[in-house]
Amino acid sequence: MPETRTETMTVNMGPQHPSTHGVLRLVLELDGETIVGLDPTIGFLHTGIEKTAEQKKWQQVIPLVERMDYLGPQSNSLAFCLSVERLLGLEDQMPERVTYIRVLIAELQRLSSHLVWLGTHGMEIGAISVMMYCFREREQLLNLNEMLAGFRMFPSYLRIGGLREDLPRGFHEAVKAFLDKFPGKLDEYEKLLTKNNVWLKRTKGVGRLSREDTIAMGLVGPIARAVGVPYDVRKTFPYLKYDTFEFSVPTATEGDVFARYTVKVAEMRQSVKIALQALERITPTGRYDCGDYRIVPPPKDRVYTEMEALIQHFLLYSQGFNVPKGEAYVPVEGPRGEHGFYVVSDGANRPIRVKSRAPSFMACQALGKMVVGGLVADLIAVIGSTDVVMGDVDR
Amino acid sequence: MPDTDASAVIEVLRAAVPGARIEALPSVDMPAVLIDREHLLEAMTALRDEPALQFALLADVTAIDRLPASPRFEVVYHLVCLGAAYATGPAAPARRLRVKVPLAGDDPRVTSLVSIYPGANWPEREVFDLFGIIFEQHPDLRRILTPEDWTGAPLRKDYPVQIRKTAQSWEPIQLSVEEFAENIKRQRAASETLARETKPLAE
Repeated sequence: MPETRTETMTVNMGPQHPSTHGVLRLVLELDGETIVGLDPTIGFLHTGIEKTAEQKKWQQVIPLVERMDYLGPQSNSLAFCLSVERLLGLEDQMPERVTYIRVLIAELQRLSSHLVWLGTHGMEIGAISVMMYCFREREQLLNLNEMLAGFRMFPSYLRIGGLREDLPRGFHEAVKAFLDKFPGKLDEYEKLLTKNNVWLKRTKGVGRLSREDTIAMGLVGPIARAVGVPYDVRKTFPYLKYDTFEFSVPTATEGDVFARYTVKVAEMRQSVKIALQALERITPTGRYDCGDYRIVPPPKDRVYTEMEALIQHFLLYSQGFNVPKGEAYVPVEGPRGEHGFYVVSDGANRPIRVKSRAPSFMACQALGKMVVGGLVADLIAVIGSTDVVMGDVDR
Repeated sequence: MPDTDASAVIEVLRAAVPGARIEALPSVDMPAVLIDREHLLEAMTALRDEPALQFALLADVTAIDRLPASPRFEVVYHLVCLGAAYATGPAAPARRLRVKVPLAGDDPRVTSLVSIYPGANWPEREVFDLFGIIFEQHPDLRRILTPEDWTGAPLRKDYPVQIRKTAQSWEPIQLSVEEFAENIKRQRAASETLARETKPLAE
């Protein structure tokens, strides 16, 4: 009779695996069905955006950074704009209307990103109908983007010094209609999942992370809030007048996949609350940029009638504007946690360094800590719960 | 405008790490300090553990290449004290801090922080990959974003932006211009031969 041997097995998963959210490759070390080691390999989507950004003028960087975290594009451009505006010292000149429109867009972006997360996360564990419902609502949010900028995924609507143009006619009503209906839809998703026995068995106690490990691994955002660290950039380091809005930071303490799910769903409800407050504060007419024509282009009617405005328009689109020497990092609370751009200027019209602080990158790094000791099948649930976007990881 | 005064942090830091070069740097968004690389590990440990500082979160590690200036590289660390959200003992005030370490272009080496901030592992690998800065005592220093056989550090300023590089693959998937022209010529000749040969049939 042959001797019984046990040895671990190395299994490759991805990069074309459907539940690795794009092109994440995992090299698993398995003992039976238990994971004993995990080495994520990344870089398949590395496009050198940070290098490209160094060749571009400041305002040309916005479409580039929007393509990093492709599920939350407007939170990328918001973070980038805030950092550059800090260098330019534009914050005090920014009209309140611009601030509130930005808040509204940031919150809608969070909803849109969380909907993709919930849909794909549900689908990967087997709740296919949740994906259908989530994408139905996300479609409406993309329609709003189309209304806003004519572009559904990457609107490039936020610009350094303000917004690209004023809100379109009917936008207010369309957003209001969506936000009024949306909490009901959230109840629908929760009915499908929160007390669903299969869902609970797949998510409760899975992918646990301790409080100390979370912070030591540099994890913030929903993952940290699910272990009871109520750190939210909007509350702790307020930007865009978030301190004047009324909202709470949902937390949980278990730190497992289910806790992350509850935190994110509760976050969506808070986002609706903030968006409604912002919508109320946005006046129907008013400024949509800071009014400093060295940075934002003059209005089109003036470009067509005044020589000076035309010259300024050409100067802006051929030479760009110079940003004072210095560096700034003004993070925002993106859908996946603290997300910011560290921009460095040497006083010219191009950045010398643009670095994205990518929350997905950190989450990807910590995957090993969450899954080792668990089962292979749980790995899918854990990847889903961390909400990694490979565009953000690889940049 | 945010508070950019680093004097409180520097005071605690100087007491904790005597002999280190610690200077305040001008900034517009958060307090910033410069620390020499010899005392980096000690200073970062103090920043994390001193009850008055408690910078528990290392948000990011990155670098800047200031070619042709000297010192050429700056390694930049962004630290966050989470305040009451995450505190051991009485909470320190929530704030951010930027730490910079200047490095000479001919000797880009700095101590790794993985031993005190485990989350620094991948960001340091990224800096190593894209800037060629070596992190000493790093447990796993290898390329992360670019392929393992890549040459050069892409984010250095002297790395060319547009280069002609032959595709690295086991089989040639891209043709050179000459090969492409050769193929076209051969195909044309073949079709002409075919046309000539089929002519009698058409007539």
